[in-house]
Amino acid sequence: MEHIRTSKVEQVRLLDRFSNKSTTGTLHLTATHLIFVESNSTSAQEIWILHHHIASVEKLSLTTSGCPLVIQCRNFRMVHFVVPRERDCHDVYSSLLRLLRPESYDELYAFSYNPKQNDRQREEGWQLIDLAAEFERMGVPCDQWQLTDVNRDYKVCETYPRDLYVPITASKPIIMGSSKFRSKGRFPVLTYFYQEKKAAVCRSSQPLSGFSARCLEDEHMLQAVSKANPNTRYIYVIDTRPKLNALANRAAGKGYENEDNYSNIRFQFVGIENIHVMRSSLQKLQEVVGTRALSVTDYLVGLENSGWLRHVKAIVDAAIFLTRAVTVEGASVLVHCSDGWDRTAQVCSLGSLLMDPYYRTIKGFMVLIEKDWISFGHKFADRCDQLDGDPKEVSPIFTQFLECVWQLTEQFPQAFQFSEWFLIQIHEHVHSCQFGNFLGNSQRQREELQVKEKTHSLWAHLLSGQQNYLNPLYCPSYGYTNPVLEPSTLPCHFKFWRNMYHQFDRPMHPRQSILKQALTLKENNRELESIAQNLQAKLQKLGVSTSPLEVRLSPRECALPPRPKSLILGAPFSRKEVHQEDEDELVEGEEAREDIPVGSDGDRTVEGGSATENGYGELPLSCGSKPEPAMVSLEFGVARMTC
Amino acid sequence: MEFAELIKTPRVDGVVLHRPFLPLVEGTLCLTGHHLILSSRQDNTEELWLLHADIDFIEKRFVGSSGTIIVKCKDLRIIQLDIPGMEECLNIASSIEALSTLDSVSLMYPFFYRPMFEVIEDGWNLFLPEESFKDLESMTDEWRLSEVNRDFSICPSYPPLVVVPKDTDDDTLLKVASFRHGGRFPVLSYYHKKNGMVMMRAGQPLIGPNGRRCKEDEKLINATLRAGKRGYIIDTRATAVAQQAKARGGGFEQEANYPQWRRIHKTIERYSVLQDSLIKLVEACNDQSHSMDRWLSKLEASNWLSHIKEILTTACLAAQCIDREGATVLVHGTEGTDSTLQVTSLAQILLDPSCRTIRGFQALVEREWLQAGHPFQHRCAQSAYSSGKLHGEAPIFLLFLDCTWQILRQFPCSFEFNENFLVLLFEHAYATQFGTFLGNSAAERSATLKLPQKTVSLWSWVNRPQEMEGFVNPLYEPNSLVIWPSVAPQSLQLWEGVFLRWNRSSKCLDEAYEEMVHIIEYNKELQKKVNSLRRQLAQLETEEI
Repeated sequence: MEHIRTSKVEQVRLLDRFSNKSTTGTLHLTATHLIFVESNSTSAQEIWILHHHIASVEKLSLTTSGCPLVIQCRNFRMVHFVVPRERDCHDVYSSLLRLLRPESYDELYAFSYNPKQNDRQREEGWQLIDLAAEFERMGVPCDQWQLTDVNRDYKVCETYPRDLYVPITASKPIIMGSSKFRSKGRFPVLTYFYQEKKAAVCRSSQPLSGFSARCLEDEHMLQAVSKANPNTRYIYVIDTRPKLNALANRAAGKGYENEDNYSNIRFQFVGIENIHVMRSSLQKLQEVVGTRALSVTDYLVGLENSGWLRHVKAIVDAAIFLTRAVTVEGASVLVHCSDGWDRTAQVCSLGSLLMDPYYRTIKGFMVLIEKDWISFGHKFADRCDQLDGDPKEVSPIFTQFLECVWQLTEQFPQAFQFSEWFLIQIHEHVHSCQFGNFLGNSQRQREELQVKEKTHSLWAHLLSGQQNYLNPLYCPSYGYTNPVLEPSTLPCHFKFWRNMYHQFDRPMHPRQSILKQALTLKENNRELESIAQNLQAKLQKLGVSTSPLEVRLSPRECALPPRPKSLILGAPFSRKEVHQEDEDELVEGEEAREDIPVGSDGDRTVEGGSATENGYGELPLSCGSKPEPAMVSLEFGVARMTC
Repeated sequence: MEFAELIKTPRVDGVVLHRPFLPLVEGTLCLTGHHLILSSRQDNTEELWLLHADIDFIEKRFVGSSGTIIVKCKDLRIIQLDIPGMEECLNIASSIEALSTLDSVSLMYPFFYRPMFEVIEDGWNLFLPEESFKDLESMTDEWRLSEVNRDFSICPSYPPLVVVPKDTDDDTLLKVASFRHGGRFPVLSYYHKKNGMVMMRAGQPLIGPNGRRCKEDEKLINATLRAGKRGYIIDTRATAVAQQAKARGGGFEQEANYPQWRRIHKTIERYSVLQDSLIKLVEACNDQSHSMDRWLSKLEASNWLSHIKEILTTACLAAQCIDREGATVLVHGTEGTDSTLQVTSLAQILLDPSCRTIRGFQALVEREWLQAGHPFQHRCAQSAYSSGKLHGEAPIFLLFLDCTWQILRQFPCSFEFNENFLVLLFEHAYATQFGTFLGNSAAERSATLKLPQKTVSLWSWVNRPQEMEGFVNPLYEPNSLVIWPSVAPQSLQLWEGVFLRWNRSSKCLDEAYEEMVHIIEYNKELQKKVNSLRRQLAQLETEEI
């Protein structure tokens, strides 16, 4: 590769982020990864860093022991190397600078990543998620909502998907007129249908109302949304921005709906900050938690000053507002922010997750992301800095959404089919550019890039390893008894997500993981069940009659309560999807054995940690003169996962 | 004194009880000598039985002719009673106030409580020093059991039997006692089987402004060192605080006189600061406002987690000295009855796997807290809703339990007990029907109050199989290793099971816990089933041959 000036540097030291420990090894630079291989060690730890994961490389000034190179990654990994010779350091540095800023999409890893699959498997991977089937599951099209073809060729709105659902009474002229009155042409369309009450969640961008402009078609559009719902005569319009921001937009000819012009709307600001505030908030948070020998005071003050948890809470609050309007009042809701692809995506998707248990399953969560984030044009390329772009466009909006979901999993440990490992894994790959799903900024762009023809789908990859992401405590019947989640939003119930932001800082993790333990037990239970069945079969052959698996306890999840009359839950899956799910299992069987794919970090097991690693204090005598005793090792590590 | 004199109105009808996350209950309120009882006429509603001793503070409010009493409990619960009639309300309030602040220990409920269960194993005889010394004797012959304090005359806060270096005779101990705060001469706290290193604890040395020294003291602690080895003295006070103590007759071991020892100062706060911290923390947790910034800044201002971190760090340091440096450790603060015990007991949890079992933890509490003279009566007289002048109240023991919980969270499979057990100990340290946590020292407990004869031990109740069931950690797998927790702020958490216990609905978490238990139970069942099938099959196969 022309960008790689040096492919191998030896005797490089890797410094631990929070202690004084260091390891020595060899640094390798490949076309896709930066690899550190520990030497002189029986365990020979390897660290693989994908170039796309690198957010910044910094070369610090020369020290007596060498030239420090600090690499910060988007998956919150932070590595500090010391390269003995400055020239080597400079070569690695300048190679990385070029490699981490690809100029065109075809340089991205997804276009060269090859997991040894044939074309048929690859294509099937892309067919796993079918949004038409998803709308069908919600009960759309129906007598009030229909599929429109206005955007078949991306003529009306190039950041929307081709298939859009609108009220039956919204004629083409109304749609065209409304789209001209909305930023980037993003007119109100359906994103979730709460079948039980026929209430709709719609999304759009802000209206171009300025100080006084109005648009009859747009007003008609909202009326059409309202009329499609027999429950209420009003609809809620949730502007997810702080009022001040919305007011400021008026001066630029944009703004928000004037309640005088739109009959029967209930307008509400919910005050989520913009992408710039979120970006600097996470930066501040990372700075705080990256500090060595951090005191509790500095930690809590830093947590507060970063505002991160305040923002997370604001999003959850907005989603709860949306959910209550829909499920309690049975009202339809239109959600928008400025362009309708950041805050709007957060609130719509989180609201849907609160209302519909399907989205709390592994497959359903993929569908949710595919719908509210990918298809509706969340600008993944810009927000995740896939190409060398405008740094002001970068923002952790999607990360924030994943965190909101995590906060919910903490409050409802049995409601989600997946564990936090699933969320962390999705986060990893949103930034890895290893799969085609998140490339580019819109569906249209992905079609131009031919991602379905040239790259692999993350969803297939995740489904093939789904046993790793299961929540062992998940109770499928929970969704029937508690279809709508009502989380507490008291501030004390929001926690710092250590396993995300410190996922690579092993000494900080619990030394034994309940999650891992429970997963292992469940797997073990399944094995035992089949062993017991085999043994019984053998005994039967020998003429001994045994009653079928007579254990006192039985797996609880088998017993689902009778389905309530809820229409959401009653709605059948489309045949296609059921069929595909059967196939998933086949694929799983074949792929489960495939080893850690490229781009992973190998196993990350936690080894009990050691006294010195934790830095309890400096011992004034003899410390350091003796070799560190063997590590206390425990079997169950928390961050053990394959990527 | 008769309790009846204090009860102005024994009974009021039509009282409405409000509790967070529970439906209202309307019923009759009764006051007895030790309980506040609310019973409803409906059969299926639960009665409320509240010990007066559990009441920390009450507030009265009046609207029209009816009054409201807000009862704030030592276990941090807050309940509200709506009482019809102004006079009844005032009478009830003043009765509760009187009954919940009785001066005399012997009027406390444990002296009146008669167990409804058969005492199979008397908790009072479970953890005798003679017994644990037998274990020590099997490992080393360097220590002896001294009866020098049998009548509590040398050190009123020590038990009658203490373990001291074998070569130190009782006369020496007498001299050393006069050189240590409260007569607390250095005694053995823990023997580390793995390398024979020990941890001792004491009161501060009384060197005073003139730098008094005591050869016997030096000799005593030097006797615990291996040839050519040095030891560590962990002083739980900041250097400046230890310096200031000299002016008041206290101080620290000076290098010149203790050349084989290295002193490390850590800063664990004293009781008034800690009590203040608890009050602020609980205030923050009960704040129902929805501002994130306010919550975080209040949490920070309480300093509770800073105290947790400091105590844990010091305990880890002590454990590190013993296990990693192979050194002997002496721990003390000022009196040696508070921060010292936090450090020595937590260090044992890290070092000694047996302290992570239920019995072992009980033994630890018995040995390092009750026998070691932590003044429970003083420290736990008031809890987080206390107001006005305090008399040495402080959540020293609660901090220890919280630190244990932090370690338990990081090593969820290494403890035989679960969080509920720690919460139970917290409750019973503050208000209880059992005698275990009454009094301030072994002397008070056995000589003055005669608790073993007159009250029931908490351990007698807890160790019954049917009670024990609720306290067993289903994930427990004995782990013989030393455990090293992380003390980074990101690894520490607010103990929700205590501080948010009454402010959240725990339904979801409880159900998840049950599911966890279920998975484990089911696994055991399956194992059994598979084994029996295998045996059956093997038998048949051999018969065939």
